Amino acid sequence: MKKLKLLFLTVIALSAFNTFASTGKLLATPGVSQVEGSGGGGIIPWAQLAGYASEDEFSINGFCSRADVTDYSLDVCGAQVNLFNRVELSYAQQNFAVPALNTEIEQEITGVKVRLYGDIVYSDWPQLSLGVQYKSLDDGTVATLVGADDTSGTDIYLAASKLHLGAVAGYNWFWNVTTRYSEANQLGLLGYGGANSNEKLLFEGSTAIFLSREVAVGIEYRQKSNNLGLGEQDWQDVFVAWMPNKYVSVTAAYLDLGSIAGAKDQTGWYLSVTGYW
Amino acid sequence: MGKILTTIVLIASLAGCSSASNLTLYQQLDGQAGLERLVDSFINQIGNDKQIIHYFEHANISHFREGFINHLCVLTDGPCEYTRDSMVDIHTGMHITEADFNHVVDLLINAMNEQNIDHTVQNKILAKMAPLRSEIIKI
Repeated sequence: MKKLKLLFLTVIALSAFNTFASTGKLLATPGVSQVEGSGGGGIIPWAQLAGYASEDEFSINGFCSRADVTDYSLDVCGAQVNLFNRVELSYAQQNFAVPALNTEIEQEITGVKVRLYGDIVYSDWPQLSLGVQYKSLDDGTVATLVGADDTSGTDIYLAASKLHLGAVAGYNWFWNVTTRYSEANQLGLLGYGGANSNEKLLFEGSTAIFLSREVAVGIEYRQKSNNLGLGEQDWQDVFVAWMPNKYVSVTAAYLDLGSIAGAKDQTGWYLSVTGYW
Repeated sequence: MGKILTTIVLIASLAGCSSASNLTLYQQLDGQAGLERLVDSFINQIGNDKQIIHYFEHANISHFREGFINHLCVLTDGPCEYTRDSMVDIHTGMHITEADFNHVVDLLINAMNEQNIDHTVQNKILAKMAPLRSEIIKI
């Protein structure tokens, strides 16, 4: 929890120094920060690299998010560095609270994303990026208890994104499709692999409409595997993102995460703030 | 899932609110007079911008004004023919970066806001202009 507070304070402190901020992208086009620390939506990494750096710039972003569902909550804070809109380095610290067991599960995620092709606004074909997320549980006791094979794992994903200007009755329309190879159970918070391991290639998708330059509303869908045989279900959410300028974004979402560790119907709210420098 | 579907329907109906009009973009912009007001706003934006103004150091502003109005008229399906130099010829040697290009897009959006141009009309104009980027930057 101390690490989270430190990261949060760093985010606040940095927001006072936006003089050197990179602003080379169009407003809102980098997206926001997803729960594993990568640039994306709320639960899905997108092809855009986090932050407003263009090919001649670099940028640093910090974020904190909270998800509150029926029986659990997840706090995440993290940061991304965008190098010349080619490489995104990310770090996130997750803190998953299970009040019923009076326990918290902490996980660290380090990510790299490389832009392979394009620009979500200008290129003929969608922007394409390849990413890796290396995840490691601080304490694997719960993961081992529920039958996971490992307490750390690596996700690899390929993401494609496109923003179509004026495409839906004059409104800008965004979509993203991500394919992920993963053995993670509930993001890895319940470890990696298990007796029921199957279906490792997973599909994730998002779409949104920009009601204005600053406000987007959209949905996300993330397929999950059920390695532990605990009835893990696909995740989905409806979100509103507000990007009033190139220095801050705020995202709120309604989450439907299905069954988590045997507790059914995990629905609730999500709030995330990202600062950009 | 029911709530998500409701939201999708809501988004779809919101998107449907903007009238699908038969008018050309040129007409929706109030024709030649509207384009002139927009380009004047845009020139004013550029004139007050430290990041961009240096690209116009040796520019003939009235030549730029006439050229841009003509180009917008063509792009918005107005009654004009493109009579100016090619985009590539105009921008060769200027070495415009990605960031500065996007900054000029921001200034154009400011100008469109200043002229109270509807959001959906703005997007349609930007959609017409976006493909020109490759003829403008990094040359």
